[in-house]
Amino acid sequence: MTIRQTVAISNPNGFHMRPMAAFVETANRFPCGVTVTRPGKDPVNGKSMLGLLGLNAPQGTELVIEITGPRAAEALQALVLIFQRNFDEEPEATR
Amino acid sequence: MEIKRGIPVSPGVAIGPALVVDTEGVRIPRRNVDKAQVSLEIQRLQTALAAAGADARANQQAISDKLGEKYGAIFAAHAMLIEDPELVREIELLITQKLHAAEYAVSRTMRRHAKALASLNQPIFSQRSSDLIDIEKSVLAHLVGRTGDPLQGLQEPAVILAHDLTPSQTANLDPKYVYAFATEAGGKASHTAIMAGVLEIPAVVGLGRLLMDVSGGDEVIVDGNRGVVILNPDEETRERYLVLQKQFGTFAKRLDELRDLPAETKDGTRAVLLGNIEFPQESDHCNDRGADGVGLYRTEFLYLNKTEDPNESEQYEAYMSVLRAIGSKKPVVIRTLDLGADKLFHRSDIQLDEKNPVLGMRSVRLCLRNLALFKTQLRAILRASFHGDVRIMFPMVSTLMELRQCKMILADVKEELDEERIDFNRKILIGTMIEVPSVALMAAEMAKEVNFFSIGTNDLIQYTLAADRTNEHVASLYNAGDPSVLRLIDHVIRAAGKQGIEVCVCGEMSGDPIYTILLLGLGLRQLSMTPQNIPEIKKIIRSINIEEANQAAQEALRFETAREVNNYLREQTRRILPEVVVN
Repeated sequence: MTIRQTVAISNPNGFHMRPMAAFVETANRFPCGVTVTRPGKDPVNGKSMLGLLGLNAPQGTELVIEITGPRAAEALQALVLIFQRNFDEEPEATR
Repeated sequence: MEIKRGIPVSPGVAIGPALVVDTEGVRIPRRNVDKAQVSLEIQRLQTALAAAGADARANQQAISDKLGEKYGAIFAAHAMLIEDPELVREIELLITQKLHAAEYAVSRTMRRHAKALASLNQPIFSQRSSDLIDIEKSVLAHLVGRTGDPLQGLQEPAVILAHDLTPSQTANLDPKYVYAFATEAGGKASHTAIMAGVLEIPAVVGLGRLLMDVSGGDEVIVDGNRGVVILNPDEETRERYLVLQKQFGTFAKRLDELRDLPAETKDGTRAVLLGNIEFPQESDHCNDRGADGVGLYRTEFLYLNKTEDPNESEQYEAYMSVLRAIGSKKPVVIRTLDLGADKLFHRSDIQLDEKNPVLGMRSVRLCLRNLALFKTQLRAILRASFHGDVRIMFPMVSTLMELRQCKMILADVKEELDEERIDFNRKILIGTMIEVPSVALMAAEMAKEVNFFSIGTNDLIQYTLAADRTNEHVASLYNAGDPSVLRLIDHVIRAAGKQGIEVCVCGEMSGDPIYTILLLGLGLRQLSMTPQNIPEIKKIIRSINIEEANQAAQEALRFETAREVNNYLREQTRRILPEVVVN
């Protein structure tokens, strides 16, 4: 089964290194496949820092997270949460 | 293949494996391995990756404890990159399929990704490329160990690629192993460039971004004639440069044959070609090229890296060894100390907190405030003057009063020597450098005070255009062909001529073939340059008539921009001597 959800980047620093690490760490906790796609571009491996680094997703862009395999719903929820919480950064503190 | 353009500072062509020098000082020893060694390389890679990953995790912990988890997390990201399965697979492929050594495979992979990130055109993201370079260094450090200064103890040939090299790093390069060097920063007249010329190592500087595009071990061509650096050349380019390398050798050899011929125009106007030297050993470089003497003997090396000022006999010995090598009949112009207070580390008493040292307490200004230091040098020079045609020259003079003060102190020292019955040349010739625009404008008055002028174009250009030659952002303003510089030089030569004193040019300009016709045409009959430039300049002088040069100089003075001046002079030089390398 494949499920997907679109997330928006609201953080002024874009999808940067620290949340990427959190993303990979979270993705690696699940046995399913994870890809991330910036619309119009090729999907990248969501369990690879290098892949995510190549996304180039600044503030205001959208990303599609796609999960395939066991525990997909659980994984998707955990990964989407990272974006919903704005990477755990206070808006005014992000510089 | 990738072609980069920079500023050529030392002629010659070299092809060799890159040695990338960065601040971490990690050196990649070799590019490829035998097939039998592949599994060993994979094993080395995995060990190094594991160690580097552990380092990053430890860093994460340490920084989190110290500054908070948010900051430690950046190293978690590093660790995850190091352990990234895709990255590891890429590196391993280079080892198994291309037989790259682990170090080279790591460097190639990381730099490819770093470059891709840097080109994203998004400042926030492109800065991450430095994270990748950081990781590369960490893994490499585990693979090859930290080697300290990678320039020390070179055992095999290399082309050095660096962001910048200090003059002392350059001075210590071993020409036997260092085929060439190329740097991202630097300008034509920086001391690093000057040192490259002295060591006769082909060099290109001011290349802009370079290190990210190259891995240690890549094949690199440095074309010090044209200011071109080629990374991983294709076969055709490689062949072309091998031919060029050979041709340059033969042109250089033909120049060698000029050694004993005079620097005389076709219609018999004789010019005097002198050598600039810094170390006594360089006297041989002058003799090897048939120099008419030493037009600039820089004495700074006597003072650098010392725990105390050099004493009189130490200086006297250095001057005498030059005199012995050059001979007592040829002129040796000794320039008094031309350093800033910031370079005299051993003298904590004269360390100043200067906001702008280039406009501060340096050179003759420093000497006039430290008379003991100044007098010691003057004594040593005067004593040496008894044994040959030693001349004395004051640098960085900016007013008539300063020059008079220098002369007064010289007179004091002479008197002291007289009282002590120590021999010296009473008629020693005294000169001043013209390198500050103020004295160039006052040349008529200055000419009445001295026996000769020496135009130091490097500083004269820097001060006239207010542009630091080593600052890559403004280096393009610094241009010997700027009409303002030409007019100052013209004015100084006329003032000297009116007073009947000698005038010489001793900046890099005098060794640059495109300015030879101009300088001769402006009336200069003495040029002092890096010894290795002498044959080429002589060849140009021997290929022209003085009337041609006069006309060309008048024409050059009419232009309004440096570009027009340089284009015109380049064209004239090519016309007169097609095989000369003009940039």
